[in-house]
Amino acid sequence: MYVAVKGGEAAIAAAHELLARQRRGDPNLPEISAAQIREQLALAVNRVMCEGSLYDGDLAAIAIKQARGDLIEAIFLLRAYRATLPRLGYAEPIDTGAMCLRRRISATYKDLPGGQMLGPTFDYTHRLLDPTPLTVAPPPQQQRCEPASEPAPQVTQLLDGEGLIESNAGADGDAIGDLTRTPLAFPAGRDLRLQALARADEGFLLGLAYSTQRGYGRTHPFAAEIRMGEVEVEFMPEELGFAVPLGRITLTECEMVNQFHGSATRPPQFTRGYGLAFGHAERKAMAMALLDRALRSEELGQECAAPAQDQEFVLAHCDNVQATGFVEHLKLPHYVDFQAELALLRQLRADWLAARGGKQEDTAARAGDGVAL
Amino acid sequence: MTDAVAYNFAYLDEQSKRTIRRAILKAVAIPGYQVPFPSREMPMPYGWGTGGVQVTASILGPHDVLKVIDQGADDTTNAVSIRQFFARTAGVRTTTRTSEASIIQTRHRIPEAPLAEGQIVVFQVPIPEPLRFLEPRESETRQLHALEDYGLMHVKLYEDIARHGHIATAYAYPVMVEARYLMDPSPTPKFDNPKMHMSPALQLFGAGREQRIYALPPYTRVVSLDFDDHPFARTRFAQPCALCGERHTYLDEVLLDDRGGRMFVCSDTDYCQERRTTAAPEARNERR
Repeated sequence: MYVAVKGGEAAIAAAHELLARQRRGDPNLPEISAAQIREQLALAVNRVMCEGSLYDGDLAAIAIKQARGDLIEAIFLLRAYRATLPRLGYAEPIDTGAMCLRRRISATYKDLPGGQMLGPTFDYTHRLLDPTPLTVAPPPQQQRCEPASEPAPQVTQLLDGEGLIESNAGADGDAIGDLTRTPLAFPAGRDLRLQALARADEGFLLGLAYSTQRGYGRTHPFAAEIRMGEVEVEFMPEELGFAVPLGRITLTECEMVNQFHGSATRPPQFTRGYGLAFGHAERKAMAMALLDRALRSEELGQECAAPAQDQEFVLAHCDNVQATGFVEHLKLPHYVDFQAELALLRQLRADWLAARGGKQEDTAARAGDGVAL
Repeated sequence: MTDAVAYNFAYLDEQSKRTIRRAILKAVAIPGYQVPFPSREMPMPYGWGTGGVQVTASILGPHDVLKVIDQGADDTTNAVSIRQFFARTAGVRTTTRTSEASIIQTRHRIPEAPLAEGQIVVFQVPIPEPLRFLEPRESETRQLHALEDYGLMHVKLYEDIARHGHIATAYAYPVMVEARYLMDPSPTPKFDNPKMHMSPALQLFGAGREQRIYALPPYTRVVSLDFDDHPFARTRFAQPCALCGERHTYLDEVLLDDRGGRMFVCSDTDYCQERRTTAAPEARNERR
């Protein structure tokens, strides 16, 4: 006899208990601390802060630990926490030109004011699996972020002086949207597109950016500059009337310049693609810059046929918290819909057999199931 | 860390609730119209009822009695989880009895017992746009709604009939609301569509990931799409519920073994339970 499945409550409690044990792993090994994660898995922390849209390394590290290293789960934890925080106001625009640099490279000029600085990068490491970093401590000298001895303006600014590159429009005057407070509507302006890309899934952006390089909406990019370092964040309290510093954050900025042959209304000039990410996150910033430019194809009068140029396609699907929720919701019970589909399918099969004059009885129909009439 | 944080009544802050209530009011004023709202990240995943949870959180008061069902049952894991969420964050009384509840949050079903004035049903909606699988672009579908241009859907239904002899949609069966807006009833089986028509209860639909809310105020005309020569027909089952003997409910098929053994039981567990306690002897005989 069938007994209706009961005990969802007990099952959930037991699952949480099991999860806690799995999270701890072998109890004979020392437990890692959130501080260790923050310091030693810093790039994971950076990614969680960036896609979680919350700059807090300690909370991101706690989230990574709680999520057992599942970064999308950690991003989700941070987002859900962020949603409960009161919104005091908006920071002043940051000045990345005044960034205290730890890394700066340009693929377009051999030398430039402010110089190039390789900084901490995997770029020229040989990817030979090496157990020594795990056992041998590096010399205890952290790279410090020194104020530049000479100004290091962005490469695109240098091009701007010659009129070779489009100017950044809409810097002032236009109100800047906030996609966490207003539902996204299409077509979305560049401000909202950049916000969406900044918190978008790195893997999704990477794949789409790659597709533009392989010919699906090609944008002819050059990495004019990638810089990483610290910038000051300032806030203007209304009652004070002047900006006060809130602290410094680490950012990675990427500016791509892209060839543009001009149109009836615009002269031939370079166009821009822009990427910005919390922490040290070059792959993310570069992919974002390629996509920003691809998503500008329409305003530049270029043909829009590739997925990366289609803003509804990109923006509606780039958020990994939304995507993972909806993909994984297929784990939830769908007994009712499935039953409806079963009944429909059995009827379609019965009709199909009847239309062919077959005497074959459908086994399921014989079982006396309900029929959608 | 979350333990140290004191959350507001029903989790959401009052500003967010007010924003959502404004969207609900607009939705009630324009039955069937999808109102955009700034959905918040909730502490449960998108696609798992965040739209419904936000709607419930915004309308819940301390004296409400909440029922949460998934697939018609109070005991499915996600229903348990959502009910616990509100029991913990709002401290409201919860129930499994349809008649006792002032708010019923549901996924995929409408209770079998008739609803009453003053009750509110909150539906969890995955894809609010009935035209989405015919036209994936939001910018296009919003225009189609504005122009009341539903030809696409009629063509789709017609093609079903041409190919299969009848409309091959078993759940999320599209409805017209007050002869104006085409609406997705959420993925409820079409069996439940007639319950929406002229319901004395307020019906609210929340889609969190898609950031949309829509509504059917009490006594709204809701008509399932059909053609004169192919009228809408409710799903009927060939046998009664094996537990309570009811012949007019939606049934779940339960597999008993790997030799084709199966039984059909009410998907609405509260309704089935109620019948078995009041009309026990007859129902027992029906059991296998």
